[in-house]
Amino acid sequence: MSGKLTEYLRNRLKEKKILLMTHTVVGYPSLEDNWRMLQEMQLANVDMVELQMPFSEPIADGPLFVKANQEALKNGIDWNAYFEFMGRAHEKFDFPLLLIGYYNSAFAMGHHSFCSRLAEHGASGYLLPDLPLEEMGDLQDLSREHQLNPIMLCTPTHKDTRLESICTNGSGFLYCVARKGVTGAVTKIDPIIFEFLKRCRKYSDLPLALGFGLSTGEDLKQLQGHADIAVIGTALLKIWEEKGYEAYRSLLQELAVATA
Amino acid sequence: MWSDIFQTEKPGYYGQFGGMFIPEILRATFEELIAAFESAKTDPSFWMEYVQTMQSYSCRPTPITYLPNLSKKNGGAQIYCKREDLNQTGAHKANNVMGQGLLVKRMGKSRVIAETGAGQHGVATATMAARFGLECKIYMGALDVERQRPNVFWMEQLGAEVVAVTEGSSTLKDAINAAMRDWSASMDDTHYALGTVCGPHPFPTMVSYFQSLIGQESREQILELTGKLPDRIYACVGGGSNASGLFLPFLEDKGVELVGVEAGGHGIESGAHAVRFSSGHIGVAQGYKTYFLQNPEGQMMHTHSIAAGLDYVGVGPILSHLHDEGKVRFSSATDQEVIDAVRLLIRTEGLIPALESTHGLAGLLRESREMDEEDIVLFNLSGRGDKDIFNIAEALDDPKWREFIHQKSNEYRRSSN
Repeated sequence: MSGKLTEYLRNRLKEKKILLMTHTVVGYPSLEDNWRMLQEMQLANVDMVELQMPFSEPIADGPLFVKANQEALKNGIDWNAYFEFMGRAHEKFDFPLLLIGYYNSAFAMGHHSFCSRLAEHGASGYLLPDLPLEEMGDLQDLSREHQLNPIMLCTPTHKDTRLESICTNGSGFLYCVARKGVTGAVTKIDPIIFEFLKRCRKYSDLPLALGFGLSTGEDLKQLQGHADIAVIGTALLKIWEEKGYEAYRSLLQELAVATA
Repeated sequence: MWSDIFQTEKPGYYGQFGGMFIPEILRATFEELIAAFESAKTDPSFWMEYVQTMQSYSCRPTPITYLPNLSKKNGGAQIYCKREDLNQTGAHKANNVMGQGLLVKRMGKSRVIAETGAGQHGVATATMAARFGLECKIYMGALDVERQRPNVFWMEQLGAEVVAVTEGSSTLKDAINAAMRDWSASMDDTHYALGTVCGPHPFPTMVSYFQSLIGQESREQILELTGKLPDRIYACVGGGSNASGLFLPFLEDKGVELVGVEAGGHGIESGAHAVRFSSGHIGVAQGYKTYFLQNPEGQMMHTHSIAAGLDYVGVGPILSHLHDEGKVRFSSATDQEVIDAVRLLIRTEGLIPALESTHGLAGLLRESREMDEEDIVLFNLSGRGDKDIFNIAEALDDPKWREFIHQKSNEYRRSSN
């Protein structure tokens, strides 16, 4: 698979103790707001950004993102609007972009078109949480062809054999899910998480991202030395909704400080 | 053997349909469930325990009833029905939940969750939970909670907690998503008792396996009653559990035509319906691959049916496969055809059918009058309608019922003042 993303992440890790990946649902609250979010991410020197392609049945997401998916669709976000936004973001900002979404979008688009449109609009890879390894089919080869990283998810409920096969098939980095449940609920950083990250490390030397329920700079500090990348999703959208733009900016700044 | 259909080349795949499109966090839970189901299936005492449970608790075997008045009135073939309406809780849903309940006991879990549309599967699951001493939570679309108060009332009386789901279209598909989300956090002590032959493997196989009791009994009973197999069999198709249960044991009987009837709503051209086979496209959602009513970009569409139990975007992968193989034919019945058929069955035979089941009957009535008098047709009376009095009275637009509700509501208003 494309080693470019991994190389980029490793280089960034020479300058920072932990990297930061953030997230936004394209089309929610609006494309203009998404753009302002990305501008703030750039200012906070965010290392990587997930752009969620909205889907009507987001089974791996918690209440806030479920609502965001739904509203984005109501706002008329379709494939063209999504890719147009991704293309603009790719031109303007420095961080690599990943699509996060659900498999039916890729299935309906066709694997070939999915990969070529992603590559064309500057994506570095994609995450499809409802697409297991054994269902990927030609997506593996097509991704390689288009230099895209299909990001694999490791979870604490995985048995060793499953974890190993996911890790060996990983590309770019591994997304380690901190706990059971869906996105959004609070995660307590504890030794169980460190043990889980160690298990993942055993099977792969790709950078390890930890996500689901992280929300503060303190979380990032605690993860230093255990995970390579911290993923912040719900916490950012929540603060945008509850406290507004200024608070969003300060949270990003707080997170940025904690990466050093 | 008809049951060879479950021996698929790729586990959980029926042709190109089915599969397990689940978040990785649930992988181990599904593996555990598959193992428990496989071990139960190969243990002959499990099926015996299941059949005995259904006999002592749910009036099985349910009879087949000949409908001479309806046959005469409609003309053509002789009409019979399988009386799943006589089950405990009034529908075939009991077969599936009691089976899964026995499996839950084998797995040693203490809590069950389920989705429900109209509330039938919710009531059945809450009943099973009460009987087996399990904690129970039911996810139900907020719109459905509003429409189906009587079922919510019974679920709560049975000790279940009912959660109103406000996401998406606030209906059945959203309740399934919510139950999946619960399960992805609670799997250690919780079983998700999915109510139909949809969702990720092993649910389509497992639910069909339990529901196949309907067809196994029917085949024996109709042979005994009439000396031959039926020429055609009809069943309504929402997710498809009552149809799968009735059809599968007849799969190898060449002379028996299997007909599934989908919810035509206000008619296909109106866009307000739940006809997946002629209007849907193959897609992947809610953990499985099948025909979905979706837009060209794979976003699920809103569905409509007079029968909440058929108001769903997807359909069982086994049925999709049998459709593509030409082994099951699909048609649809509109809301109006269903209302007419409800009236007709009540008046001619004294049977009060659920609106869901009446779709099968409406599809049958349209076709059986063209058949010979010696021909035999069978439909699945999958649920009874008297428990749905609010919905049926509304569907039949009965003015005296309306007056009664006004009066009742005034009484409540006065007494609360």
